[in-house]
Amino acid sequence: MSPQKASILIVDDELSVRDSLLHWFRKDGLNVSTAANATLALQALEQGSHDIVLLDIKMPGMDGMELQGRIHTLAPKTIVIMMTAFASVDTAVRALKQGAFDYVTKPIDPDELSHLVARALKERRLEDENSQLRETIAELSSADFVIGESPAMHKVMELIRQVAQTNATVMIRGESGTGKELVARTIHANSTRKFFPIIPINCGALPDSLLESELFGHEKGAFTGANFRRKGRLEMADGGTLFLDEIGTITPKMQVDLLRTIETGEVMRLGGLRPVEVDFRIVCATNEDLEKMVAEGRFRQDLYYRINVFSIALPPLRERLEDIGTLARHFLKRLALQMDKRVSDISPEAIQKMMAYDWPGNVRELANAIERAMVVTRGSLIRPEDLPFVLPETQVTSAPAGDSLADMEKAHIAVILARTRWNISQSADLLQIDRATLYNKIKRYGLQRGEPRDADTNGDKSG
Amino acid sequence: MPVVHLVPICLPAQAGLLDDVGNRIAKAFATKVTVRPPRFDPEMAFDSSRGQYHSTAILQSLLADSGNGEGRILGIAGVDLFIPILTYVFGEAQLDGRAALVSIYRLDNARYGLPGNALLLSERLAKESIHELGHTAGLVHCHHPVCVMRSSTYVEDIDVKSADFCPDCLKELRKSAVRL
Repeated sequence: MSPQKASILIVDDELSVRDSLLHWFRKDGLNVSTAANATLALQALEQGSHDIVLLDIKMPGMDGMELQGRIHTLAPKTIVIMMTAFASVDTAVRALKQGAFDYVTKPIDPDELSHLVARALKERRLEDENSQLRETIAELSSADFVIGESPAMHKVMELIRQVAQTNATVMIRGESGTGKELVARTIHANSTRKFFPIIPINCGALPDSLLESELFGHEKGAFTGANFRRKGRLEMADGGTLFLDEIGTITPKMQVDLLRTIETGEVMRLGGLRPVEVDFRIVCATNEDLEKMVAEGRFRQDLYYRINVFSIALPPLRERLEDIGTLARHFLKRLALQMDKRVSDISPEAIQKMMAYDWPGNVRELANAIERAMVVTRGSLIRPEDLPFVLPETQVTSAPAGDSLADMEKAHIAVILARTRWNISQSADLLQIDRATLYNKIKRYGLQRGEPRDADTNGDKSG
Repeated sequence: MPVVHLVPICLPAQAGLLDDVGNRIAKAFATKVTVRPPRFDPEMAFDSSRGQYHSTAILQSLLADSGNGEGRILGIAGVDLFIPILTYVFGEAQLDGRAALVSIYRLDNARYGLPGNALLLSERLAKESIHELGHTAGLVHCHHPVCVMRSSTYVEDIDVKSADFCPDCLKELRKSAVRL
């Protein structure tokens, strides 16, 4: 039996045509209705939706051409096939220009009619499927990423809602781990650019020369090692959003280049001859005092004004203690699914302990703490003893795990990071190295936030 | 007992054709088959501008001709049939009704410049007859590749399908309140 229960409306002033098509399509298993004139057709269309309308061009009163226009307004998804006994190139072109799916001359070859209707139904199904998929994607991508019931977070969510649909550049301020990238992604996901990519780039993690080629791309042979032409992140973000994390770390030269790109909307690849036009929205993030940097001449004022159009400040976790329970349970639920572990809740004592802690690494540290607790817990509940809380700074040992210079360096960096609560800029200043070098060392030694227990254990071993 | 009345309309005499089709119909629907002449003039359905016979007009005459008798009527025409919107039809039937009509005009290989093939013609006619009678039992077109209820718009399409109902259509046929 036919799997389709598509509906078709036949509009023709000739009874014999209506009748023969009615019987023909009924045998195809379609829901068929007929209308003898345009008025009756419009009534039928108002009463119920039709997948296809077979429409005679020549009818007394409102003719098929005019009716077609009205159908497009009334039921834009309906596929209209025009029929005529007096074919002319002019009417065919007019019908197709007005959006008709096809144009056939009467009498129609049975094979042509069967194929035409099958093709129209296929198109209709594809359109429906496409819009369903778009809705699903929109639903998935607009999922509320930012979690929190505190007034501070409500304000953040309100700001995101206000700015997301616009094209304005957004500056996100907040301590490390407060979820600046998450906010950037939420803004992107709720914007009209959501079907295009969001390209994140951590300006602090790359040396200046690399950052330049990462952002702007390069032509083949632009510099030693540039063996291939490469698109920059700015070009990749075309149509979408470019998320520049740690914008405060870029050098004066990069500041000039970036400003020029923002102002002209054009990107010049390194070694390139022609600028490439790009359309992207910029979302920046920083935990530095940009105003102070501008006052000290370390950050260009014109760039500052360009990127600081709309500012969102993320509160540190210690200032929204009421969100800790909600966030912890959210991470627990997600991780339980990922790790396939039957850990269902967090004990009130553990929540209390979490609320008493000051979370220097903010939400990221909380997520890591829950992940670790999930690994070590033996029951279905996370207890206070499962939590890997950072011991007071004074207890962080500087004793290295071994005698090599690398061990010494790792331990020393760990101490400095703990002392500055993982403030990268401050740690780099203290260590007298640049931020990119510090990032590289953190990566090389596998240092992670919220792991002072390891350092402590190492200390015990070596001590 | 359910019965199918075959009514030859302008059908050229061809040895064994009606008997063969009758036997196949009897087997497909487990029914009795009779043959009787038409009691109307098919020329009233002729359209001189098209040089074809109006299928619906013949179908209505077949119905009027049969009165209130029991069973189904299947007209088997030797002339080319049309409905106003289409260039031609192989046959027509009342969906969930009493009357059906098929034409051998476009089923014959000789029509396409090929050597005549009586056996193939008989097979094609049987398939189209069972197809149209299937409509009178309420069956609609089927997407099963070889089901007899699959729609055929070219004569070659008829050769691809079988003379049998697919399991789904067979189930529908058995369920149908209007049994042949």
